[in-house]
Amino acid sequence: MAWWTRAVNAFRGERVNRLLDEEFESHIAEAIADGRDPHEARRAFGSMLRQREASREARVTGWLEGMRADVVFGWRQLRRNRVTSVAAVLSLALAIGSCVSAFRLIDALLLRPLPVSHPERLMALSREGLSWEGKPSTFDGWAYPAFQRMREAARGSAELIALSYTNRSDLTFASDAEMEKGSVQYVSGAMFEGFGLSPSLGRFFTAEEDRVPKAHPYAVLSYDFWTKRFARDPKVIGRTFRLEDEIFEVVGVGPKGFAGMEPGTATEIFLPTMMNPWSIRRDVTWHRTLAVMVPGAEVEPMRARLDAVSRGFEAERAKNFKGLSQQSIDNYLNQHLVLNSARAGVSGLQTDYRGALTWLGVLVFLVLLIACANVANLMTALASARAREMALRVSLGAGRARLVQMVLVESAMLASMAAAVGALLAWRFAPIVVEMISNADNPVRLDLPADWRVFGFGAGLLVAVMLLFGLMPALRASAVKPMSALKGGEDPHARRRLTHWMIAAQVAFCFLVVFTAGLFVTTFQRLSALPLGYRPDGVLVLEMVAPHGQPPEAWDEVASGLRSVPGVTGVATSGWPLMNGSAWNDAIAVNGGPPNVELGYFLSVSPKWFETMGMALRSGRDLRDSDVLPGAVVVNETFVKDFFHGLDPVGRSFDKTGDDGVQNHMDVVGVVADAPYRNLREGILPVAFLPFRRRDAKGVVERPNGGTFVVRTAAKNPRTMEQELRKKAAGTRAGFRVTNVRTQQELVDGQMVRERLLAMLGVFFAAVALLLAGIGLYGVLNYSVIQRRREIGIRVAVGARGGAIAGLVLRDVLAMVAVGLIAGVGLGLAAARSIETLFYQVKASDPVALAIPSGVILAAVAFATVPAVARALRIQPVEILRAE
Amino acid sequence: MKKIDSMQGSLNLLVLKLLSRRPGLHGYSIMTAIKESSGEVLQAEEGSLYPALHRMEESGWIRAKWVVKESGRRARTYELTLVGKKQLAVEESRWEMVSSAINRVLLEA
Repeated sequence: MAWWTRAVNAFRGERVNRLLDEEFESHIAEAIADGRDPHEARRAFGSMLRQREASREARVTGWLEGMRADVVFGWRQLRRNRVTSVAAVLSLALAIGSCVSAFRLIDALLLRPLPVSHPERLMALSREGLSWEGKPSTFDGWAYPAFQRMREAARGSAELIALSYTNRSDLTFASDAEMEKGSVQYVSGAMFEGFGLSPSLGRFFTAEEDRVPKAHPYAVLSYDFWTKRFARDPKVIGRTFRLEDEIFEVVGVGPKGFAGMEPGTATEIFLPTMMNPWSIRRDVTWHRTLAVMVPGAEVEPMRARLDAVSRGFEAERAKNFKGLSQQSIDNYLNQHLVLNSARAGVSGLQTDYRGALTWLGVLVFLVLLIACANVANLMTALASARAREMALRVSLGAGRARLVQMVLVESAMLASMAAAVGALLAWRFAPIVVEMISNADNPVRLDLPADWRVFGFGAGLLVAVMLLFGLMPALRASAVKPMSALKGGEDPHARRRLTHWMIAAQVAFCFLVVFTAGLFVTTFQRLSALPLGYRPDGVLVLEMVAPHGQPPEAWDEVASGLRSVPGVTGVATSGWPLMNGSAWNDAIAVNGGPPNVELGYFLSVSPKWFETMGMALRSGRDLRDSDVLPGAVVVNETFVKDFFHGLDPVGRSFDKTGDDGVQNHMDVVGVVADAPYRNLREGILPVAFLPFRRRDAKGVVERPNGGTFVVRTAAKNPRTMEQELRKKAAGTRAGFRVTNVRTQQELVDGQMVRERLLAMLGVFFAAVALLLAGIGLYGVLNYSVIQRRREIGIRVAVGARGGAIAGLVLRDVLAMVAVGLIAGVGLGLAAARSIETLFYQVKASDPVALAIPSGVILAAVAFATVPAVARALRIQPVEILRAE
Repeated sequence: MKKIDSMQGSLNLLVLKLLSRRPGLHGYSIMTAIKESSGEVLQAEEGSLYPALHRMEESGWIRAKWVVKESGRRARTYELTLVGKKQLAVEESRWEMVSSAINRVLLEA
């Protein structure tokens, strides 16, 4: 009989039985026809049932039928303990769902290879060493002329490709009036070929078209952008758009699924590197460099060659550095070139979130372990309640493997149900996290497909989880000795010991989760509580471009226009808004002395900017309309401390030397309060505020082509005024365009996205961990009281007091909680050291940081133990003894 | 739970041999045929015959079909398959070997 017939037979037991019985009946009928006595014939045939069993074994795949029976039996068991089963399924589902979500995020951002032909051959170039100011630094930006030299040096080993950082830029497809944003990336023409891509439509620009600056204004659209913006219109080829001062022509559409090299950012428009105005600048590092290795080429010799070329280029450039301390220059020149695999792409999001996501993954995994320990304890408890049943099965001849299978089938059912619910959670959870780290200006786009990678991870997790919580109880249950079990149980402590160690482990993991969550929350609080030095509420910032430059008077005119809008209480102009990530730094020399190692930071602002921002003037005066750069400056308190040794600087001066060697003499006219400049974390930098109005080296007043209006409004939510202000800013005078409107508060909040995410998820998982550990502890204690009812009853009968009974119930468990806490503290301290970079002004060894999670866990323990103790105290000896 | 029937090896041989000579026997007639042709010495019990039949069926040595006999009764009859014929040859030669070996031992002792 074919195996599948037998397999099918396993699910049609009744039919098989009927056929067998029919054959047996015909046998007896034949015997009677043969002349035998009907009664005798039947007796001789023996038990029909036994015959049937013996024959069935041959007809039905034994294990499969056994499995089916186990599933039916397991389902009955799970239904009988409905509450515990549901609790087990839900807690496992939460843990599995979180694990899969974490995996989806980590995979999408850090692991998944790029959709190019040979991702394993991609390397990313960066420089490591010390920054100008002597701090450890890694930097992956390059200047194009340096890239050109390296490309030559790498020939034969690799094709080097330049890729600018993807930027949300303003473009116009139709008329200038309708601006839209697109993610633009300048890339080497060789990229498409190097990555083995082929166009969906039209063609790519080539390496040849990427040699002469400004010669080939071609653009390639991403497949997604083509779909979203043009509904896959084939006539898009040949269309033109304007980006800044340039008109580009669309020549092709990229392949489906390719959206650049930066996980987290979807590039929509690819332009030739030679179209970037900085491609001829030696002093602007504006692109990343990737190497596509030639098969078989050695990495190290090439790295050494590139390192030499890069250093040579920088050394040549450094000859023109003026006004920088020798130390700074040495720091800079001693950086060395490194090559890292770029299999999964390169992006700022990866750098920002690698540590955070990895640690979240660890937290989630710990929660999973807690859930598994819980379910294992539950199963052990159930299994020992079934010790008699198991003993009976063993006595009847059931093999050990058969019993293990039986219990494992039950675990598998629990785990599968949990996985199904978990999959639903994971499906929703990962996109929510992506939304949390995303914002309007910088939308995070992560592909989160439910493909074989995710499925494989989920399936592997399911099996691991099942074995983790199922195997041990299964082995223990099946190891039952029939004699002792039927007599009323073996040494009860042996069974409980394992359960207790699991409690210790749960407490330790729980502590670790709660502890790090606490550190994340504290980090977030510290960052949010940092003094800003100004009032961000009610401030709206309008980032503007003026394509061919506009005279300062025109900027003032637009500012006046904005000031006339009802509800506006102040308007000022600056180069860019505080904390949008931009920075400008140069060397400082005081009193004609040598240049400082520490650099000074700069921002150009108009008069009344401090007042508009709500930044307090400490001494001296504000800038005036008559002030022009170079000339008067206002500095912050840190600047005074760092460069003037805390002496009142008003009336003193310093020299600022730019990268281009241009030296400016500055007179300090005022001091303002400290405020974070580029971001919150790096602490307060020494900042000098220069006049927005400036003269070039020849003394001609410059026409800025970009700037920011800072608008203070009386509105509670300044966003409500956005449309009106936009219209006013663009309409007051021709030549101005609004590129971006944000509230200052959004810029501040944007600084803490990662910290807020970690704090929120940390608290969430801490709550889950606490809940799970609490439920687990409750279950174990409650069960042990039920199990020891007789013992407790007898003790009460012989006069034990309440305290003694409670002690009896709690002693072991509390010892285990203590062991768990100590282990948790050790783990926590070790872990905190390895994730220090995620913290801000938080010390893991701070007694408070350790005491709070301990307290929280002890409170949870107290909650979880009360019902069991109460139950123990209510035990009436008379009832127990009567029941016996 | 599986009981190894000590007679099993020879029972298989007998059943296969019988079916090779007279295909289309049903369970009861196999039983009586063994009894008769052995001169009432060998007796197959129902308790081991049917499991043996079903096991051989599972192994693909014999195949079964339901037939309606002249008397009008339905019966499940068995016949040898190609695999069964080969198996019969194997078992026969094994039996020859074993029995001649036992004979030699008896003669020498």
